[in-house]
Amino acid sequence: MTDTVVPGADPTFVGGPMLELLAGFIRELREAGLPVSLTENLDAMEAVRHIPLEDREAFKYALAATLVKNNTHWRAFETVFEVYFSLRGRQYELSDELSDLFGPAEDEDGQDPPEGMDGMRGSGGGGEALSPEELAEMLYKALMEGDEALMRALARQAVKRYAGMEPGRPVGGTYYLYRTLRNLDLDAVLDKLMQQAKADAPDLTRLEERLERDEYETRIEQLKKEVEAEIRRRLVADRGVEAMAKTLRKPLPEDVDFMHASREEMVSLRKAIYPLTRKLAVRLARKRRHGRKGPLDFRNTVRHSLSYGGVPAEPKFRYPRPTKPEIFVIADISGSVAAFARFTLHLVYAISGQFSKVRAFVFIDGLDEVTRFFEGVDDIAEAVHRVNTEADVVWVDGHSDYGHAFEVFWQRHGREVTSKTTVMILGDARNNYHASQSWIIKEMQKKARHVFWLNPEPRSYWDTGDSIVGEYGIHCDGTFECRNLRQLEKFVDLLA
Amino acid sequence: MEYRFDSVDDVRTRLKGADYLSDEGTAGVVYLGDRLQKPVLVEGPAGTGKTQLAKSVAEITGARLIRLQCYEGLDESKALYEWNYKKQLLRIQAERNNETNWEEIETDIFSDEFLLTRPLLEAIRAEEPVVLLIDEVDRVEVETEALLLEILSDYQVSIPELGTVTAKQIPLVFLTSNNTRELSEALKRRCLFLHIDYPDMEREKEIVLTKVPDITETLADQVARIVRSIRQLELKKSPSVSETLDWARTLVLLGVESVTEADAVDTINILLKYQSDIAKAVKELSDDKGGQRRGLGKVGP
Repeated sequence: MTDTVVPGADPTFVGGPMLELLAGFIRELREAGLPVSLTENLDAMEAVRHIPLEDREAFKYALAATLVKNNTHWRAFETVFEVYFSLRGRQYELSDELSDLFGPAEDEDGQDPPEGMDGMRGSGGGGEALSPEELAEMLYKALMEGDEALMRALARQAVKRYAGMEPGRPVGGTYYLYRTLRNLDLDAVLDKLMQQAKADAPDLTRLEERLERDEYETRIEQLKKEVEAEIRRRLVADRGVEAMAKTLRKPLPEDVDFMHASREEMVSLRKAIYPLTRKLAVRLARKRRHGRKGPLDFRNTVRHSLSYGGVPAEPKFRYPRPTKPEIFVIADISGSVAAFARFTLHLVYAISGQFSKVRAFVFIDGLDEVTRFFEGVDDIAEAVHRVNTEADVVWVDGHSDYGHAFEVFWQRHGREVTSKTTVMILGDARNNYHASQSWIIKEMQKKARHVFWLNPEPRSYWDTGDSIVGEYGIHCDGTFECRNLRQLEKFVDLLA
Repeated sequence: MEYRFDSVDDVRTRLKGADYLSDEGTAGVVYLGDRLQKPVLVEGPAGTGKTQLAKSVAEITGARLIRLQCYEGLDESKALYEWNYKKQLLRIQAERNNETNWEEIETDIFSDEFLLTRPLLEAIRAEEPVVLLIDEVDRVEVETEALLLEILSDYQVSIPELGTVTAKQIPLVFLTSNNTRELSEALKRRCLFLHIDYPDMEREKEIVLTKVPDITETLADQVARIVRSIRQLELKKSPSVSETLDWARTLVLLGVESVTEADAVDTINILLKYQSDIAKAVKELSDDKGGQRRGLGKVGP
């Protein structure tokens, strides 16, 4: 983010318009789900008064420091900020020539990078003459040398050439990004760069080679970001700030729906789950230590009463015996709910120190115990992956059959369910119209300490179509809607 | 009101003078903390220099650093103030023979003389410039956080027997958190928020160069690169800046001029503390099978 666009370039920007813009900005943050309070709003207004407006980076951090109080919200903030503040200025109109930096491609390939945007808007001509091959060649050189200014200029050029943007189309820009990147074929560029590196230094050790690759990958990531930023700029210029911000609005990591998470969101969810488990473990341990007092310790009280002449003035309590529930997780891992089951398993295992024993079962229409995959494994992600590939869960056709799966469970493991056991069943209860066998849940509930059902579907979908969660639910101690990390966290908190 | 810093760049250069290399964001937030007279809540992974930031700011402003280390069970009498009740008892005993009336003694024993100041009150009552560091604030219970609220928003402490003690000067306050639990909204609202993450490669290299004497530029560069590679793996605990520094120092001591695979594998236990992490990193560093390791993340429409 070394952009040099300045919000203060236009003198009328300070004062009224500035306040208005900030107000819009904050409104958008709230729309995106960030909890911005009134005081924080005022703080932000106050903060920007102390910051020279032409310093865009400082301006950004001033707003971030006052408005964003949670690091996982940073991405959302950054997107909104980009839309609102980095895109102001005439230079972003679609008709504008952005590519005049280059002369013929054989030039000193940007040895003398321009001093920011103004340089790029110079005289016309030249740039259009760049052929795709020349563009690729220059890109290769820029990546090779890590020339940021040139990379930025090339990103512009590439978007202009390949994205094929049409004014007025209401899209978020992912499509344009895809088109641009496909044309640039960065994987091939990376290979080429690595070959070159090997050719330059034939005795490269593997370690050095890896480091080289990391370096290039970082640069390519940088380039991708530039391309994305450029596309956004152009979209904003085309469609206006508010519309664009709305299109780009994404749920915060803790609100992302498991069932409909995109690949990218999945990655960020996976990242979010580790700190979450740590937090939960700390909280549970603390709750244990400071939880309610144990029952009255009669002997101890009497013993202490001696010093008060036999009056039990100082009641003594037994040390609270923490209940460490034994947990059975029974998870549906059929396609429709797999992502959800994965996260829950992940979470339960990550904090398994808080439970005396965790056993996991997965099913589709058959059922298999998968506890063995987790034993002695440090990398839970790896274990979950093995569960998904190795567990034997298909009986007939690989469509969910809750009834049969429960039957198998009850037959094989029913005796192991004791009054210490908490059973968690994860699934949407979409049974493909098979027999429900809900008596098993009823029996289970009698024997077990608790039976909970976690359903990743929104509550309004329950008991529609082939969902029979209600039929099972009446026998459970609780049914919970569990669609995102926030809800999952709340449930686990309740469990311990 | 005198400001401590002239501009963001001023903060940055002066911090650099104290061997603390800050990025734009860090310097900017410190500057704002001074201008807006608001506490700064610093959050981030362990070992990225959160506590050091407060220390360095104290150093460059020539202020006294008052530190409150938080822990579970921290209470008012450890954080704010406490009445020196032994001394109060003595006072009452000494008065017993004299014919002083009770009211007089009462006002007397609840006076300044019998007050034991703890870090927070001390920071408020200090005459000279002060930097107050409330370290690892996430370790106290949510209820205890409330103790901090008055001092953070109004720079004052209310003592029932004495009245309100208002700050003579506004201290610069830093709170650090390792994010082991969510801090309360009330606390967050009163603070400026700063997230310090692992530095990027360039800055890490700079840090290594500044903090490790006798290290060559090439070695520092290599160290920073390797650490960046390791941080990209999914580890239980990524190497922190202080661990990078330890590692760099070790390499210098061993007389290594350029890190080979063998060197890296032999000394990696300084960077990583979990056996599983070490195994993973060793595996990654020593067998890299061309492009199969990690795709570039293809983008779909």
